[in-house]
Amino acid sequence: MMGYESHQGSEQARLYASKEEMESLVLNDDAAVPPHPLSSSPPLAQIPTNHDSDTDPLRSSPSPLLHPQSQTQNPDPHSFILEPPSYADAVFRSFDASSEINGHDLSTSSPSASSPSYSSSDFLKISVSDPQKEQDIATSLVPGGTSYFTYLIITRTNIPEFNGTEFSVRRRFRDVVTLSDRLSEAYRGFIIPIRPDKSVVESQVMQTQDFVEQRRAALEKYLRRLAKHTAIRRSEELRLFLESQGKLPLMKPTDVASRMLDGAVKLPRQLFGGEVVAGVVDVNEVAQPAKGGKDLLRLFKELKQSVTNDWGATKPALVEEDKEFMERKDKLQELEQQLSNVSQQAEELVKAQQDIGETVGQLGLALVKLTKFETEEAVYDSQRVRAADMKNVATAAVKASRLYRELNSQTVKHLDKLHEYLGVMLAVNNAFSDRSNALLTVQTLLSELSSLNSRIEKLEVASSKIFGGDRARIRKIEELRETVRATEDAKTCAIAEYKRIKENNRNELDRLDRERREDFLSMLKGFIVNQAGYAEKMASVWETVAEETSGYVKCTS
Amino acid sequence: MIPTLQRSGSGSTQSPRSPSSQEPFLSVSVIDPAKMGNGVQAYISYKVITKTNLPDYQGPEKIVIRRYSDFVWLRDRLFEKYKGIFIPPLPEKSTVEKFRFTAEFIEMRRQALDIFVNRIASHHILQQSEDLRIFLQADEQTMERARSQEIGIFKKKPADLMQIFKDVQSKVSDVVLGKEKPVEESTPEYEKLKRYIFELEDHLAEAQKHAYRLVKRHRELGQSLSEFGKAVKLLGTCEDNALGKVFSEVGDKAEIVSVKMQREAHHLLMNFEESLKDYVRAVQSIKATIAERANAFKQQCELAETIKFKEIDLNKLRLTRSEKLADAEREYDVLKADGEEATRRFEAIVQLMNEEIVRFQEQKTLDMGLAFHEFAKGQAHLANGIAEAWRSLLPKLEACASS
Repeated sequence: MMGYESHQGSEQARLYASKEEMESLVLNDDAAVPPHPLSSSPPLAQIPTNHDSDTDPLRSSPSPLLHPQSQTQNPDPHSFILEPPSYADAVFRSFDASSEINGHDLSTSSPSASSPSYSSSDFLKISVSDPQKEQDIATSLVPGGTSYFTYLIITRTNIPEFNGTEFSVRRRFRDVVTLSDRLSEAYRGFIIPIRPDKSVVESQVMQTQDFVEQRRAALEKYLRRLAKHTAIRRSEELRLFLESQGKLPLMKPTDVASRMLDGAVKLPRQLFGGEVVAGVVDVNEVAQPAKGGKDLLRLFKELKQSVTNDWGATKPALVEEDKEFMERKDKLQELEQQLSNVSQQAEELVKAQQDIGETVGQLGLALVKLTKFETEEAVYDSQRVRAADMKNVATAAVKASRLYRELNSQTVKHLDKLHEYLGVMLAVNNAFSDRSNALLTVQTLLSELSSLNSRIEKLEVASSKIFGGDRARIRKIEELRETVRATEDAKTCAIAEYKRIKENNRNELDRLDRERREDFLSMLKGFIVNQAGYAEKMASVWETVAEETSGYVKCTS
Repeated sequence: MIPTLQRSGSGSTQSPRSPSSQEPFLSVSVIDPAKMGNGVQAYISYKVITKTNLPDYQGPEKIVIRRYSDFVWLRDRLFEKYKGIFIPPLPEKSTVEKFRFTAEFIEMRRQALDIFVNRIASHHILQQSEDLRIFLQADEQTMERARSQEIGIFKKKPADLMQIFKDVQSKVSDVVLGKEKPVEESTPEYEKLKRYIFELEDHLAEAQKHAYRLVKRHRELGQSLSEFGKAVKLLGTCEDNALGKVFSEVGDKAEIVSVKMQREAHHLLMNFEESLKDYVRAVQSIKATIAERANAFKQQCELAETIKFKEIDLNKLRLTRSEKLADAEREYDVLKADGEEATRRFEAIVQLMNEEIVRFQEQKTLDMGLAFHEFAKGQAHLANGIAEAWRSLLPKLEACASS
């Protein structure tokens, strides 16, 4: 036991990113824990519209889960300062301001503390707050017109690309969807955080406070994840989203139907089929994945190609060859499966912990009632003695119940990492899809080239049989050759894009491995410290009672 | 098992007869449950070992084989003979067939039976019972004969018991028979005692219910920790060397902690939950004694009424100088004797109960004190074990993190 206590200092130091942070956190711990307005309220109900004037406006509104100890166990934090250090202490200190130390939302540390654990000294702190209902202008004159919510997004940063260090905008959920879609286009091959779900439920649900708060929290989480991503945090898209006042200057992806109705759709004037305006090809179109909008025909061809890949007799000209990649992919698939399994078992564990806490609490209450009863009805001293013993046990049981509850809320926090990584695996699959789509584009172009060339060949053969040449055929051959040249250019582009995406994949997978290792280690450590800390506390509670009742052992021997 | 006790009826002095005689003692243990027979008729038999130096007993040691219904026989006989004494309670018959032969059930029952016999052997009045001697010493055939004779005669049907309880609780006097006195004691202290006993049972039953659930929760938590550990180990196989090892160790630890939880679940069941259950049963036994007392009181009252009417009849006969007078006087004398007997019986019950209540409260304080101690000890032991198990992992985590 002693050995561990001497480790305490170094143990705790490793729990934090830097020494200064540890000191500032220790200070916070020693100061009286101010009643956090949100800690005592039920989790999702509060919308943090009022920030105390002296607090950091970017202090996120952590759910009470992050501060379970501040309200529910009043005398204990202070009494533990007097006790010799143990994991019980570590449990409370490390989670006093523990929210996302590796991220950017250091909620209770002083505003000057800034260093995140992994990158250089720049920071990008985002908070989402103050949902407000606004009327949809288009329908505002109609009774029962549609409305939507906007959220205040406050950013603090020292990244030079931004115009300013502190600013805020109002955005609605639709804007977030746009941002997410644009990022997917711009960062193919990257592991991009998945945005929150669109709600498929009617606007009725949208009115409830709970739903809005849930969405606000989800948006904040999402934006913070984006801010954490080394590449995306520097993206134009994110910057525009965070700082452009007024309407979001990112183009929304459109659908085919509306564009066709506009007459704005030129049947694809680029590479495939139809009339080709020779030489005028936007090769960058090739770099984009085929979407519903302009690329109906391209989609069709790529689909045909993928069917050929799967069912055709011959192998496509270019295939995924990177063995290292394929191994990694398989491993990640296995990881995803196991993650899902652990995540499930973690849920069961949390439930079991909750149940035992409840039951021991109920036992305690039943014993309290018994104690009261015996005390009131006591005729003999033996009853009073028994009532006194029972009271000690009852009190211990109620304390144990509270400890279980706190243990559990911390456990939820730690094991939540598992759920988070399940989300990351989805993003990884998207990154892999980007790669396979790019490959498919290349393959399609190669097939196209090959078929064009064989058409040219046939025409040449046929035309050579006619003496003096066949003007029609010769013209056709010329056209085809133009198409081939354009297609060759497109193919070059597509191959470059494919290589780029492969490189992105590789870097991102490396990043994933690094961050995952760090995250999982910290998760396991948090879980273990938590379990040990609370077990120690419970042992101490029960040891007292065992001591108080030890006299009975001699009596009956 | 209570190794040494005294027959306090005769005082605790040494017998002057033999110079080397020790203090009298009677020690019993119920051990070695064994399954006998097959199929529907299968049952469990127990070895009952009696160690004693009492003259009436075959000493120094005698072993007999008994089954559950033999214990029931003993309890019923004592209940009939020793009204007013709180007969130690028996574990219930098993209602669910499939648990009848589980190791846990058998152990719980054996423990309860052992406590039952020992309580009888250490009760200063009950230990002198002839039925106890038969139970502890008779060969199996004699026991079986005795057991089969008693079926039906002394057993009270649950419905009857319920009725008696209702009588005890009701304050409606019997208007039809024109009786003014309610056929029920109503001294304030006794009322208080009855109320206390009935309420106590409710409180205890609730505590016992939660204690039983707590046992289950330990098992469930143990189970889910084990599953969690397995899943974590599998996850570890997807990670690289160092991290994978850490996962594997965490998984192993979770399994170790799971085993600890199962062990504590069993300890909690046998030492705390069963004690509470025993307490509930004891209170129910007191209720049965209360019913007996009410019965005796009713008999006494009814006889008193009958005697009163008989006196009136007698006087009438005296006035008319009837020939029936002599017979009537003889009947009256018999009734008077019966009345005195009924009163004696009732008052004996009252006095015994007063002593028993004091004994009961004292004994329960000791029993529960020990049960609380075991409860707290078990929980502390578990918690310390858990803390130690997880703590031991941390150096390995640190090593992995810094590598």
